[in-house]
Amino acid sequence: MAEAPKMRPPIESGCPDAFQYMHPLMIKNYGNWAYHDRPRPGVLHHVAKSGDEIWTVRVGTQRQLGPYEINLLCDIIDKLGEGYVRFTIRSNMEIMVSSKDKVDPLIKAFEEAGYPVGGTGNSVTMISHTQGWLHCDIPGTDASGVVKALMDDLHEEFVKEDMPNRVHITTSCCQINCGGQGDIAINVQHTKPPKINHDLVANICERPSVVARCPVAAIRPAMVNGKPSLEVDEKKCICCGACFPPCPPMQINDPEHSKLAIWVGGKNSNARSKPMFHKLVAAGVPNNPPRWPEAGTIVKKILKVYKKDAKDWERIGDWVERIGWPRFFELTELPFTKFHIDNWRGSRHMLNQSAHIRF
Amino acid sequence: MAQNQPKNPEKHSTFIPKEKKSTKPFHKTPLLDQLESGPWPSFVTGLKRLAHNNNMMVDLLGQLEHSYTTRKGYWKGGTVSVFGYGGGIIPRFTELMGSDGKPMFPEAKEFHTLRVQPAPGNHYTTKMLRQLSDSWNKWGSGLIAFHGQTGNIMFIGTTSENTQHFFDEINEYGWDLGGAGPCVRTGMSCVGAARCEQSCANEQKIHRTLVNNFIDDMHRPALPYKFKFKVSGCPNDCMNSIQRADFSVIGTWRDNMKVDQKEVKAFVKAKGRKYVVDNVVARCPTKALSLNDDDTLDVDNRNCVRCMHCINVMTKALKPGDDKGITLLIGGKRTLKIGDTFGTVIIPFMKLETDEDYDRIREIAASTIDFWAENGLEHERCGEMIERIGLANFLEGIGLEVDPNMINHPRTSSYVRLDEWDQEAEKWKNRKQQAAG
Ligand code: HEM
Ligand code: SF4
Ligand code: SF4
Ligand code: SF4
Ligand code: SF4
Repeated sequence: MAEAPKMRPPIESGCPDAFQYMHPLMIKNYGNWAYHDRPRPGVLHHVAKSGDEIWTVRVGTQRQLGPYEINLLCDIIDKLGEGYVRFTIRSNMEIMVSSKDKVDPLIKAFEEAGYPVGGTGNSVTMISHTQGWLHCDIPGTDASGVVKALMDDLHEEFVKEDMPNRVHITTSCCQINCGGQGDIAINVQHTKPPKINHDLVANICERPSVVARCPVAAIRPAMVNGKPSLEVDEKKCICCGACFPPCPPMQINDPEHSKLAIWVGGKNSNARSKPMFHKLVAAGVPNNPPRWPEAGTIVKKILKVYKKDAKDWERIGDWVERIGWPRFFELTELPFTKFHIDNWRGSRHMLNQSAHIRF
Repeated sequence: MAQNQPKNPEKHSTFIPKEKKSTKPFHKTPLLDQLESGPWPSFVTGLKRLAHNNNMMVDLLGQLEHSYTTRKGYWKGGTVSVFGYGGGIIPRFTELMGSDGKPMFPEAKEFHTLRVQPAPGNHYTTKMLRQLSDSWNKWGSGLIAFHGQTGNIMFIGTTSENTQHFFDEINEYGWDLGGAGPCVRTGMSCVGAARCEQSCANEQKIHRTLVNNFIDDMHRPALPYKFKFKVSGCPNDCMNSIQRADFSVIGTWRDNMKVDQKEVKAFVKAKGRKYVVDNVVARCPTKALSLNDDDTLDVDNRNCVRCMHCINVMTKALKPGDDKGITLLIGGKRTLKIGDTFGTVIIPFMKLETDEDYDRIREIAASTIDFWAENGLEHERCGEMIERIGLANFLEGIGLEVDPNMINHPRTSSYVRLDEWDQEAEKWKNRKQQAAG
């Protein structure tokens, strides 16, 4: 018998040390920064207690990069910057340089290469997103596509700092919502219970764990055509899709009934108000590739009203708290329905428990 | 139409490679093509560039176009991992089969993603970016997402065989897989001390201390479900740790905020009194600020909740205090299964300076994970378990005392047994006495 090939054991190094990749001025002034300002949209200027200064140019990217994009961007950074770069949580690149002179040539080179400079301060920065049709196994829609279409429309708001406060948009391609919270969140909402392919359930589903995953106990073991399978109490089912990953024959995706829903007012920062989750404002928005114009129209409308009505420093959530939800629906001309009233566990504290009413 | 007109589409396509290494003809992609116009850089153009390079991306474009046409996704999972590990790779196999039962897009029939942990703060040199890109171009599709929402660099698209080769290559020069599955996941931390004056913590050190302490729990998934660490250097929480981490570390301070009255005056002079009253004083959530007649600012530090607002507005005049540390919150997560939950404060303030301080946070993390591994149900996040068993039981389980900073307000429900009240009240008194020395 041939000897099994010798496998290389992994080096379990874990999370690497960042100092080996950090700009020398950042190492030198680590923990000793004094203040910052923003000379123009897309540029940050930080001053250290030592008097050292560093300029950062922020560039929007398409998040998914190949060797052409990476080498193109790195060529610009090597030629006009100083070889150091970091990424923000929203897939923007930040290029740090030690001299002010280097800022304008960098901006020019990125813009010439088709990469927008912006995303700082009170702009609409890059949309954080997930995988969608490109790679996930339960997506109701694409992620990169929605984001590309929307960022084309919001490009102006990325390169300017014109909003009352910063605007973070997120997208998720299913109700599980990996994209997370945002001032505006665009998520897919499945609207029909899963269709079960009973021939396959017995072979590939771990039935007890599927039953355990359902948040509303809608799934029951059942015998179908003499084979062990599962059934769904469709009245209970909230179409969350959680049963699909452990049981792919419970198909939740549906070309017609997977719709986009739009949520507003999420924020993680503690600034002013406590952190907030986003809230449903629109649903039933068609899942309309390749440009999802209906979703874009609603997002732009919300942004327009926010820009006009909010006070300086109010995030979308702060603004709605001040003016109240009735006025939000009035100003955005979005319909208010019974589905806006939460009925999930512990939802009564979300009802108006006062006579506070604006007229 | 006008607003969707490409501003500079020629710029994006300038970089289509002249030489074509892929041998398969391109599929028609009329829907995806519509995502190539417009001013934002197009991932579709990027995919096409890659399709010049390898057949896998030619077929990936075919499958993606098919998704755009039929409005459905076609990937399914499986199991793939590198030697010695149980997780860190998201396996993807195509579900799209032709009438002959063979994959419609065979070159992309396996399209796995490797999750790789970036350095805290996502710092790179161009040299390292190019090196990672070269390795991935050699062993995979060439496509990399910077970064996934969990913090990983996502190397998207390769075959089962090449996952091992790619991992071996980058592992040799210092990179390791992140988490996927029921395990400790890749951590995230803000730029913080490296370039932000608001930072109250050493985010890099906290991040590496925590994550690298649980490397075995990351590489060999055996927990009830995922467990995420995220670190933000101040309450602005740029990493969104409070909503998106089971274990959220947020820098803060407990002495007085620093006020440079000269800079306050300069700010008032530049912006006007009305601006300062409307945008700084009036926006303080606890009414802790007051602008004096001589344009200096009073801060009621006992009532400041360290929200960061005024410091964010007056970056030169106001700063966090000197007695810095962190707040620790546990149990943030997204909707499944009980609805969204924020992290709950379990340590209002602790110093993170000495080795002992770091040992302590490591111990708290370890007892949290141990207790949850023992008591969590399958597929139950730590926050869900806390909801099920109650915060008091969780605290007892990990050996921490209750604190009024953990709640918005005390209980309203009177349906509770209070027969151990006296003992509990005694504990509080003893702790107060001890604290007073
Ligand atoms: C097999 C099913 C699942 C797959 C394939 C999957 C895939 C992913 C992927 C690819 C990401 C990273 C997204 C990106 O940045 O591109 C992610 C993140 C995430 N996933 Fe899932 N996911 C699955 C199930 C779930 C479930 C059941 C939940 C609900 C608890 C969930 C919650 C999340 C959250 C909250 C994130 C964001 C992580 C963060 O940054 O906090 N996922 N998931
Ligand atoms: S939001 Fe849903 S479809 Fe999108 S990446 Fe997450 S699990 Fe997949
Ligand atoms: S979609 Fe969700 S609610 Fe419906 S059966 Fe599946 S797990 Fe249960
Ligand atoms: S969380 Fe605070 S310290 Fe970290 S980058 Fe944001 S503002 Fe700076
Ligand atoms: S940090 Fe927040 S709470 Fe404290 S004084 Fe400033 S605005 Fe008020």
